[in-house]
Amino acid sequence: MRAREQAGPVRLLMLAAVLALLVPLLAGCSDGGSGGGGVIRIRFQSLAWQKESVDATKALVKEWNATHPGIQVQYVQGSWDTVHDQLLTAFEGGEAPDVIHDASDDLADFAYGGYLADLGGLLPQRLKSDIPAQSWETATFDKGVYGVPFLQEPRVLIANTKILKSSGVRIPTPEQPWSWAEFGQVAKKLSGNGKYGVAWPLKEPVSVTLNLSLSAGGRLFVRGADGKARVEFTAGDAVVPDTIHDQVNTGKSAARTTLGMGGSDTLPGFFGGKYAMVPLGFAYRQQIVQQAPPGFEWTVLPAPAGRAGLDQGVSPQTLSVAQDSPHKKEAAQFVDFLLGPPHMVRLAKGDWMLPTGIEALKDPALHTAQDGWATGAALAPYLRPAPAQSVRGYPEWKDKVATPALQEYYSGAIGAAELKKRLVQDGNRVLARYQR
Amino acid sequence: MRAHAEKLGRAGQYLALLAYLVFLAFPFLWLISTAFKPPRELGSLHPTWIPRHPTLANFRQAFDEQPLLHAGLNSLIAALSAALIAVVIATPMAYVMARNRGRLAAAATGWVVISQAFPFVLLIIPLFLVLKNLHAINSVGGLVMVYVVWSLPFALWMLNGYVRAVPPELEEAAAVDGAGRLRTLVSVTAPLLAPGIVATALFAFITAWNEFFFALVLLKTPEKQTLPVVLTYFLGAEGVADLGPLAAAAFLATLPSLVIFAIIQKRITGGMLTGAVKN
Repeated sequence: MRAREQAGPVRLLMLAAVLALLVPLLAGCSDGGSGGGGVIRIRFQSLAWQKESVDATKALVKEWNATHPGIQVQYVQGSWDTVHDQLLTAFEGGEAPDVIHDASDDLADFAYGGYLADLGGLLPQRLKSDIPAQSWETATFDKGVYGVPFLQEPRVLIANTKILKSSGVRIPTPEQPWSWAEFGQVAKKLSGNGKYGVAWPLKEPVSVTLNLSLSAGGRLFVRGADGKARVEFTAGDAVVPDTIHDQVNTGKSAARTTLGMGGSDTLPGFFGGKYAMVPLGFAYRQQIVQQAPPGFEWTVLPAPAGRAGLDQGVSPQTLSVAQDSPHKKEAAQFVDFLLGPPHMVRLAKGDWMLPTGIEALKDPALHTAQDGWATGAALAPYLRPAPAQSVRGYPEWKDKVATPALQEYYSGAIGAAELKKRLVQDGNRVLARYQR
Repeated sequence: MRAHAEKLGRAGQYLALLAYLVFLAFPFLWLISTAFKPPRELGSLHPTWIPRHPTLANFRQAFDEQPLLHAGLNSLIAALSAALIAVVIATPMAYVMARNRGRLAAAATGWVVISQAFPFVLLIIPLFLVLKNLHAINSVGGLVMVYVVWSLPFALWMLNGYVRAVPPELEEAAAVDGAGRLRTLVSVTAPLLAPGIVATALFAFITAWNEFFFALVLLKTPEKQTLPVVLTYFLGAEGVADLGPLAAAAFLATLPSLVIFAIIQKRITGGMLTGAVKN
């Protein structure tokens, strides 16, 4: 009886303790705030991450806010590593930023899902005509434009100048690139004594393989008359995988150990003279400038060409507007401001990438020989939409079918016939589920 | 001969323990080493444990580029609050579940176990919508609620075991001596549960301190974000990282956990019950 009498105060004490702790915390809850006094507030989530690009983006936001007192933009930092999951949840919860920085290969699900605004009627003619048609294609889904492509990077060969010159091989240029066969011969010539002509960082082999395969006429994904995509593995699609496979397994001109590495992981070996060339994204030059030992000489070469010339696939960085944004028109105005030619140049230099804008690309700073800018700029006309990015079911095909199949093929665990069977048969089964 | 074998066995045990410690410590030591290396050493083909030209530049850059102190403060508030609230809620619940062994307690225990099986990806969108209706999105308070709910099942499970280890005979003896229920709980049971409460609080703190995904999804504005979210801003596309500043910031992010663990580890001691009851 006495115990029961005591239990009441105990419960009350506990409840009071929990409330005392929760109430001040909940009092701090807020909904992010919205503008008062007629000022429109726009949230801009940027994925800029290198110091120069963060500084450039923040400076542009500051300039906009100073000149547009009625439309204030709040800079919100996002991360490339987590953007898809974070956006998906934000869209579902109706809390997405107004202006969204992402990449074109991440937009398909959001565009088809109705989360992004069709920018077709929102953007000014200046911006529409400044960006080439092949770039617009990367952000066009079902005839709607769901992002403005503004920065892109070709894949290039970063080469050790001393090794290259001392070997006497022909140095390729964008006008006279190596063919894939010639590239194979050069890599072989640069190999020996524990050193390799090339190091392929293929931790994520699918996009590299597909994008470079455009040069050899590969498409891999084709659309039938019914508009459905399916996988077809042609002779053009086999050129790049076969070159890499042969370099690793037959000619021993490519290092086997780098197949599981990311691009940054190959740099110590590159600086140490272990690898003469490393195929990397154009933006890796920034890391090379930062990390290369004093006196290390390097150069940027175009990727090899095939029967389609220097063509290669890219997934440009994009700016989109959320469908749920109450201020789409103002958000599009801000996008237009951010992507004016001089601003696009600042963003491109900050990220060590190429601008998509025709006017921005004319900037002399992007055509200097230093740090390989000129080679990259010369490749810009050859950049095409990555083959797979508008294909529904591509992420699953990539993760479950293509990544393991290519990794096994490159390491020599399976042959060409098995690779083709997996990519096509297993791949089409996956795609069919998304296109019923 | 037997003594010799025992010595050898003991030496083997210590060797295995040492190997395990080295295995556990390796990533942390490498993190520290990386944090003090200049960019050129990070790109060296022959990396060294001790930086050849140690520098604080990575720390300076990390603080320059991201609001680490502010994010750390947010993390500290969230983690301490979550740990405190989880323990305050879990302790009486665990006591009731351990002492009243009826069907209700069994069902509650079963529910606690089942709730551990839900993957967070399944919960995140409904949770987001619930918190949005409560106007608790983008607030450290809302995040604390999530952390409390998230750590509560395991905290209950842990404390349940500690409560069961306290013999009911001690409470009965106190009652015989004339102590009321509240006095018994406060003066007899609570001190004996202290190591368990501390261990549970530490678990809840570390879970909340390291948590990333809920914080990423629930906090929108930079001034509310926690340390694990801010650390991802040193990562670029395709896994490229600003390695030096990232290592420096990650090293700093591990320090509060270590400090708090060092302070309260003495409380996590067993043996207080030894000889308390004569069986």
